[in-house]
Amino acid sequence: MNRITLLATISALALSAAALAQPVNTPAKPASVTAAPLPPGPTPILIRHGHIYTVGAAGTLSDGDVLIENGKITAVGPNLVTPPTARVIDAGGKPVTPGLMASYTQLGIVEVELVSETNDNGPGQDLSAFDSDDDTASGAAEEKIASSAFDVVDAINPTSTLIPIARLGGVTRALTAPAVGRGVFYGHGAIIDLGKGPDLVEKTKAGMVVSLSPPGDNRGQPSRPLLWAKFREMMDDAREYLAQRAGYHRPGGARDQRPASIDLDALEPVIHGREPLIVHVDRASDIRQVVQYGRANNIRIIILGGEEAWKVASDLAAAQVPVIVDAEQNLPGSFSTIGATLANAARLDAAGVTVIFQPQSDEPAHYARTLAQIAGNAVANGMPWDHALAAITRKPAEVWGIADRYGTLEVGKDADVVVWDGDPLEVTSAPKAVFIKGVAMPLVSRQTMLRDRYKNLNDKSKPFAYR
Amino acid sequence: MEPRGGLPAWGAAAIVAVTLLLSWLLLPGGHDTSGDGAKVADQFPNDEFPSTYKPLASKPTLIKNATILTGTDQEIAHGSILIENGKITAVGTDLQPPADVRVIDGSGKFVTPGIIDIHSHLGVYPSPSNEATQDGNEATKPATPEVRSENSVWPQDPGFSRALAGGVTALEILPGSANLIGGRSVVLKNVPSVTTQGMKFPGAPYDLKMACGENPKRVYGEKGGPQTQMGNIAGYRAAFQKAREYREKWRKYWKAKKAGKPGDEPDRDIGLETLALVLDKVIPVQMHCYRGDQMATMIDVSKEFGFRIAAFHHATEAYKVADLLKKNDTCAVMWADWWGFKMEAYDAIPEGIAMVDHAGACAMIHSDDPLGVQRLNQEVAIAMAAGRRMGYPITRAHAVEWMTRNPAKALGILDKVGTLEKGKMADVVLWDGDPFSVYTHAEKVFIDGALLYDRKDPRLSPRSDFELGQEENDHTGGAGQ
Repeated sequence: MNRITLLATISALALSAAALAQPVNTPAKPASVTAAPLPPGPTPILIRHGHIYTVGAAGTLSDGDVLIENGKITAVGPNLVTPPTARVIDAGGKPVTPGLMASYTQLGIVEVELVSETNDNGPGQDLSAFDSDDDTASGAAEEKIASSAFDVVDAINPTSTLIPIARLGGVTRALTAPAVGRGVFYGHGAIIDLGKGPDLVEKTKAGMVVSLSPPGDNRGQPSRPLLWAKFREMMDDAREYLAQRAGYHRPGGARDQRPASIDLDALEPVIHGREPLIVHVDRASDIRQVVQYGRANNIRIIILGGEEAWKVASDLAAAQVPVIVDAEQNLPGSFSTIGATLANAARLDAAGVTVIFQPQSDEPAHYARTLAQIAGNAVANGMPWDHALAAITRKPAEVWGIADRYGTLEVGKDADVVVWDGDPLEVTSAPKAVFIKGVAMPLVSRQTMLRDRYKNLNDKSKPFAYR
Repeated sequence: MEPRGGLPAWGAAAIVAVTLLLSWLLLPGGHDTSGDGAKVADQFPNDEFPSTYKPLASKPTLIKNATILTGTDQEIAHGSILIENGKITAVGTDLQPPADVRVIDGSGKFVTPGIIDIHSHLGVYPSPSNEATQDGNEATKPATPEVRSENSVWPQDPGFSRALAGGVTALEILPGSANLIGGRSVVLKNVPSVTTQGMKFPGAPYDLKMACGENPKRVYGEKGGPQTQMGNIAGYRAAFQKAREYREKWRKYWKAKKAGKPGDEPDRDIGLETLALVLDKVIPVQMHCYRGDQMATMIDVSKEFGFRIAAFHHATEAYKVADLLKKNDTCAVMWADWWGFKMEAYDAIPEGIAMVDHAGACAMIHSDDPLGVQRLNQEVAIAMAAGRRMGYPITRAHAVEWMTRNPAKALGILDKVGTLEKGKMADVVLWDGDPFSVYTHAEKVFIDGALLYDRKDPRLSPRSDFELGQEENDHTGGAGQ
């Protein structure tokens, strides 16, 4: 590159940066739903004539408007006055909801499940084999008992192709958290938004993932008493360690550095009540035991999976322990899920347990867009429709501690808003417009681009690579 | 026979008649034992585990005033369907109930053919899943044409009854995809039975399960290969070359035997016997293949050896080669929205089924999953809606074929099931609403006219032996869960 072209390039970059920095001041006009993203600038956005599910105290407005300014909702109600500079989007009577929140996903930390280079949902096989805790069955590589220092925030990729695809399912927020394997402690999950980034992280250390359920179909798996012994030992070690952190490291101090101090440090927010334990268990007796442990030790518990949770609904309700449910799980896939039933969500909800939904749980990264379908299936099996919508909006906002800014269409909340082409929980419906923190998201993904590239197979005018 | 231009109709008829007469004269007992043209199909046994399925008792039933999606691209409003002696005897709008017929009012409800899941591992990877129940992959060597999924099926898998509650009346149970050649698959009626033979769909052809791509490479890459996609292709070709030689050996033997000088009978090889039946197109191939380029290569391999690929399964990239599939009369079996779990699934799109269908190729849904099989109607709804959003005018009447008619076609059982037409087996589902809504349930499921599941009657909710006596099973278990 010679000097002149180099200079030209630099000034071109400067110009484009300047162009991006220009304040956007679009005159009021109905916008296309596929409009390019706008920064949450001073241009107000007015969504008119929506069937508004506020999921808040105002309930449902059959013909209402939502005003978005500076990324926030500034008014909700019928016949709002249109600010002179507003972009106006006519919802045409279609449903308008808060953006959906998926509890327990691996969005941003997995691109292709089986491509290890793109899979950051756990410590990775090689490391875990290298750093294994050999108290369990010998021979094969074992995962460590504790990876509590693992934190998904080190891995979140805001340019993952999974994020725009999840948005096309109306999902705007998610818990992204480590996968459960064969250990006990898996590390910190985080709350993210599904906007354009670069920083998606909304809240760190949102929950420490733990499993106290035998992993199922492998020989030589750890038994329940072993999992519990390791769990209690680790929690006790963490308490002891936190009480005398200095002495722990001193030669001849409290004990050998095992477990590693970073893993004990990672449990500090749990011990001190700032971070819940997200505990994967399904069997009713396991759930009851976890609830009792949480009560006795003043630890906040969220149950993950909980396929038999309906059997201990009163314990869960009394202890105010929420359950992250996949409402399609109804098979005795293991002896821990003999009581699995499609009625789980409805029965828990009726008993006063806080139910929040995860997308199809077999593949927690890619199926985030199935979240509304999961809620719809819960309704098909007895859960009231408005409770199911709350279970993917307001309820997870409360459980994950972001209800001050997300979860309802109410004044002062972040403007995560979805305009739907039909019943948001229906499988044939899709978003017509998605806003995250007031930014209109393009309804484009790698998948829509593949679709558009190949939709005219009979057109032989140019190779697909040029389309 | 391909139609040839210029031949008058009487000429064609005469040729057919003469051909038939010659066949009858030359082929005593219908067997061509005349030499090189010998069909191994007629020489080798092909029904060693015969079906013992007998339809359950049924009573004549008329469902009236329902919206009927016939599976033949027709939606009949206020329609009626008459079921007698296990068969569909009439479909229309103004059927009069014969005497002593059970009449079901279908007002506000829908009727469809029973759903057929062409790709299931129920019974071979059953619930509960543990080290004792992993019977789907004979992953001991890359080609195992000698094994059969029917010999692994556990009929007590509770997944069968859950699928029944989802309106599934027939399934193809395949071996898994660890192997290049995984073994024979089997078509089952979704009826409770103590034996697998008691579920076997009478008269359904066998298929051979084969697998492209990542799975065989992952399983055998460090166990002697194949390690690469080219190794996979070489593996299929080597196996079918052996089968050709095997068939030739037997043909020579039969020819000599006919001439009165049989010599020693060749050694029997059960795996090569299956592959020889594949070469003779008696057994079609169901080919697990994600990528479009790999489908094109497999079509070439099938042409080299003369076998027939009925369908590509998990065909996430079928939309890229739909024209090629149409040209070769090969179906594509897809999910609505599964994607990304491995590299070869990275390009899957929800519009895939609609795009393949739009190109005129044969498209269908499948589950490959004990949860998905319970909601194939929802999966079709997702695919239909995705297609409509890109402008295709897909009707319900058409979309229903993706889970009924088209899988029946790909399995070679369309003459028996897959549509609601007079004379077919009465495998019928009554839905309590539009089957393409998340809120709709299969309310009644009939197989060969017998009412096997009724959502409103707990006595008609089959429960496997495994579920019996488990605590609180009056609250769970059985089909309706």
